[in-house]
Amino acid sequence: MLLQTEPSPSTIKEEKIYQEMGVKDHEYERIVELIGREPNYTEIGMFSVLWSEHCSYKHSKPLLRQFPVDGPHVLQGPGEGAGVVDIGDEQAVVFKVESHNHPSAVEPYQGAATGVGGILRDVFSMGARPIALLNSLRFGPLDTPRVRYLFEEVVAGIAGYGNCVGVPTVGGEVQFDRSYDGNPLVNAMCVGLIDHKNLQKGVAAGVGNTVMYVGASTGRDGIHGATFASEELNEESQAKRPSVQVGDPFTEKRVLEACLELVQLESLVGIQDMGAAGLTSSSAEMASKAGSGINMNLNHVPQREKNMTPYEMMLSESQERMLLVVKKGHEAEIEAICEKWDLDYASIGEVTDDRNLTLYFDGEVVADVPVTSLTDDAPVYEVTSTEPASFKENQAKHWQPEAISDYNETLRDLLRRPTIASKEWVYDQYDHMVQTNTVVVPGSDAAVLRIRGTKKALAMTMDGNSRYIKLDPENGGKLAVAEAARNIVCSGAKPLALTDCLNYGSPEQPNIYWQMKESTKGMSEACRTLSTPVISGNVSLYNETSGEAIYPTPIIGMVGLIEDTDHITTQQAKAEGDVVYVLGEGSEHFGGSELQLMQDDDLSGIVPKIDLELEGKRQEQVLTAIQAGIVQSAHDLAEGGLAVALAEKVMGTEFGLKVTLSKNTETLFSEAPSRYVFTVKATDVKQFEALIPEAVAVGTVTADTHITIEDENGQPFVNESTEELTRIWKGAIPCLLKSKA
Amino acid sequence: MRAAVIVFPGSNCDTDMFHAVKDFTEAEVVEFVPHTAKSVAAYDAIFIPGGFSYGDYLRTGAIARFAPVMKSVSEEAAKGKTIVGVCNGFQILQEAGLLPGAMKRNKDLKFICRTVNLKVENKKTRFTSSYDQGDVLRIPVAHGEGNFECDEKTYSQLQQKGQIVFTYVDDVNGSKGQIAGVQNEAGNVLGMMPHPERAMEAWLGSEDGRKLFTSVYRNWRESNVVTN
Repeated sequence: MLLQTEPSPSTIKEEKIYQEMGVKDHEYERIVELIGREPNYTEIGMFSVLWSEHCSYKHSKPLLRQFPVDGPHVLQGPGEGAGVVDIGDEQAVVFKVESHNHPSAVEPYQGAATGVGGILRDVFSMGARPIALLNSLRFGPLDTPRVRYLFEEVVAGIAGYGNCVGVPTVGGEVQFDRSYDGNPLVNAMCVGLIDHKNLQKGVAAGVGNTVMYVGASTGRDGIHGATFASEELNEESQAKRPSVQVGDPFTEKRVLEACLELVQLESLVGIQDMGAAGLTSSSAEMASKAGSGINMNLNHVPQREKNMTPYEMMLSESQERMLLVVKKGHEAEIEAICEKWDLDYASIGEVTDDRNLTLYFDGEVVADVPVTSLTDDAPVYEVTSTEPASFKENQAKHWQPEAISDYNETLRDLLRRPTIASKEWVYDQYDHMVQTNTVVVPGSDAAVLRIRGTKKALAMTMDGNSRYIKLDPENGGKLAVAEAARNIVCSGAKPLALTDCLNYGSPEQPNIYWQMKESTKGMSEACRTLSTPVISGNVSLYNETSGEAIYPTPIIGMVGLIEDTDHITTQQAKAEGDVVYVLGEGSEHFGGSELQLMQDDDLSGIVPKIDLELEGKRQEQVLTAIQAGIVQSAHDLAEGGLAVALAEKVMGTEFGLKVTLSKNTETLFSEAPSRYVFTVKATDVKQFEALIPEAVAVGTVTADTHITIEDENGQPFVNESTEELTRIWKGAIPCLLKSKA
Repeated sequence: MRAAVIVFPGSNCDTDMFHAVKDFTEAEVVEFVPHTAKSVAAYDAIFIPGGFSYGDYLRTGAIARFAPVMKSVSEEAAKGKTIVGVCNGFQILQEAGLLPGAMKRNKDLKFICRTVNLKVENKKTRFTSSYDQGDVLRIPVAHGEGNFECDEKTYSQLQQKGQIVFTYVDDVNGSKGQIAGVQNEAGNVLGMMPHPERAMEAWLGSEDGRKLFTSVYRNWRESNVVTN
C-alpha cells in the first residue's frame, strides 16, 4: 500500500524531489547516467545518503590524500571500520574517532550516546575488544540555559552509554567558545585491543555466501541521519529530531560480546557495523571492497515497526546492528551465538558476482544499482579556496596583552576559565575504571591503561585548539598534532599513530575551504615530521548555525605505546625537595591565547609558530629521560602557559612549589609550543641535565602547599595557597552550571 | 574454595571480579556461571558482580532477580553459603529479598565514579575479618543509584545486629547513615556499592580491597577444616 504513495521515477525527476534529500541537480543527472535510467524512490534515497558528505567525503577527499597513512607498524590504515597498529607480541591496537555533532545539537543525550555506540561498533567490528573511550567536546560559554542544557545532557549521554556497556571513558577534553553556541561538537574515540589472528574486514567475498543481519531490529529512527549531518543547522533543525537515533547500550553490550565470539569462527567472511546510512552503506561498502554484488530480500530484515517500506529499511539508522557475510552452510554457527546473547538475527541475502546491489521486497525487485556507483562514483569537488582578508590582517597585527598588575589575580582568573578549569565535574560521571586497567585516570596529560599479562601500557589523548587554527590554520594544524604527541610523550609513551576528526563549517564557502586546506596541510607536515601516520578518521562539515560557522576544529586522537610500565609518568609533583625544571621559552605573541580571550573577548594577532624539527627533538629528549627513570613528573604547557602548568602540578596534591622566574607576561602566560615542566629528584639532577641540557632549574617542590613565584631579586609576585587555587579550579564549572543567569 | 562469578546479560564487572578472586585468593576453582544456570550448589562462595544487568531498565536489579540462576542463589543463601554482591550485585540481592533496604538515585542525580574513603564498621564478619575495626579504606565507587534507603525500624535493626559492614567517611550519595555495605542477619550475604575488586593493585590506585577477598577465603578455609 505504502509503496504506491511513493513518487514515481518521473515525478522524482520532474518535481526535483531528490533536492529534499540533499541531492543536487547535476548529481541527479550523474546518477541517471550511471544506472542508465531514472532512479526510483528507494534508489535515489540510497544514493542521497551514500553521496552525502558524511559518507562520500566529496569535499574533503583531495585534502585527506595529503595525510601520511603508512608506517612499518600500521596494519590497517583508513578505509575499514578503524585503523590498526601493531604493538608487538602478536597484539595490535585499534582506534578511531567519530563525530556526532548535528544529532547532539538537537537531541544532546541521545546524540552523544549514539555517537559512543557507533564508535564502539567500528572498533569491535574489527574483532577488537574495546578497552577505552575518550571524547572531545566543544560548547558555547556556559552563560545560557540552552548551552548548559546541551553540556549537561551530552555528558550524561556519554556516561549513560559508555558506563552501561562497561568500557571505561578514560580521557578527553572540553573547551568553551562562543563559536560553538548553536553547534556543539561531540567527537568520540574508541580504542580496542586485538590479537592479530582475530583481525576482521568488512568484505562481502565469496559468491553464494550468506548475508546475515545481527542485532537490534530496524525501525524508522535515524532515516536520513547522514544527510542531516551534511547540512547546516538552522531554525528548522529541531524538527529533525526524528533523524536522531535512540541508543540501547544493553543491546550494544550483547552485540559486542556476540561479535567477539563470532570473530573466532572460521566461517565468518566479513563483518561491518550498520552505521551512518545503515543497511545501504554496510551492504554497498562490503560488496565494493570485495568487488562483488549482493542480493537482499528486505522481507527478511527484522523490523520493529509495521509496514516499513524498502526506502525506510535501507535508510534507517537504527542502532546496534551488524551486517555479516558467512560461508554458505555455516549460518547455524552464527545463529547459536546470537541465541546465546538473545539477539535478533536473519539471513537476508547472498553474495553475487554481478557487482550490483539488488533488493527484493514482496517478490519484486525494488532497487538494482551497480555497487560502485554508490560507493565510488560520488562526485569529488575541488572547491575554490580563498584566503580571507583577516589572515593577513592578523599576521600584521602585534597584539599586546594589557600590563598585569596582580599576577595572583591573573592566575586565579585563568584557572577559573572553563576551558582551563578542572573537568572533574565531567569525568566524575564517567566510569573510568571498569575493566581495571586504568593506571592514569582522567586529569593528567594522557590516560594510561596497562595491557594485562604484559609489561606494556597504552597512553591515549585527544587534543585540538581551534583558536590557533582560526587565526593561522597551517601553523594551528601543526600545533594540534604536536600538542597531542607532547601529551603522549609526557606520560612515558612513544606516539604510534593518530585518528582525526575534522570539524568545519560549509566547504562550499571558499574561506572555510581555505581553513580546511591550510590546516590539513599543517597537520600532514606535523604527522610526517613526528612519525605519527593517520590511520583512521572522520570528517564533519556544515557545522554552521544560521550562516555562522564554528571555528575550524580538527581534533587529534593519539595513542602511544609504553614499553615498560615502570616508565608511566604523570603530571603531578611527587615529593618534597624535587627540583622543578622548565624546558622551552615563551613567545612575545599572544594570538589565540587564553589570556587574550580573557582580556579582549576576541581573537587576533599572531599565533606562536612551531618549529617541528625542534618539537621532534625535544620529544625524543623527554622520552629518553623518562625511560631512564629520572623524571618524577612531566607536564606539557598548554592553555594559560607556564603559570597554569605550575599550578596544575600541585593542585589536588599535598605539595607546593617555590620557583624563581622573570616577572613578565611572556614567561608566565605565553602559550608557545614545545614547552614542558618537570620535577626531578635532587640525586638525578646531573643525569637529567646531561640528557636535556636546555632545561632550566627554576625551583623546588615544597611541603608547605603554597605556590610561590619570585623574581630574580627574591621578591615574590605570586603567592597562593594550593588549596585555594584547587578550590577555584575545581569549583569553576559546577559554579557556572548552578548560576541561573 | 570453589567460587562462582555470576554473569547476567549486561554484567560488566564480571572479569574484574574473576581476576580479584582468582589472582588474589587461593581458591581452587573460579568460574563464570551464566544467568541461565539452574544451580550454584557446587560452589562455596558466590560473587555477583557489578554492571547494568538487563540495562538497568525498569529498576536496577529488578529484572535480574527473576533470572533462572537466582532461585538457586537464594537456596544456597538460606543454607549459609557465602554470597557477595557488589554494586549492581548488591541491588540484585536487595531485589531478591536477600538483603535489606533499597537504592534510590544518588542525591545529586548523577552517576559518580571516584575513589572514596570507606570505613570498616564491623570487622567481625566473614567478609572483613582481615581488616581492623575502624580501618579507613580507599575503594572506588561507580554508580548512579547507590543512595541506600530503609525505614527507621530496619535501620535500628541493622545497627543493633552489626549488619552495617561499611560506611562512607563522607556523604557520597545521600545514603541513610552513609551506609555503603550491609550483611544479612545471618552474616553470610554481603552487599556493597563500592568496588573492592577495583582496589587490588596499588599501582592502579589502591589495594585496600584485597583483604575482603582474603577474609572470605580464610573464613571458608577455617570452617572447612573444622567441619572436616
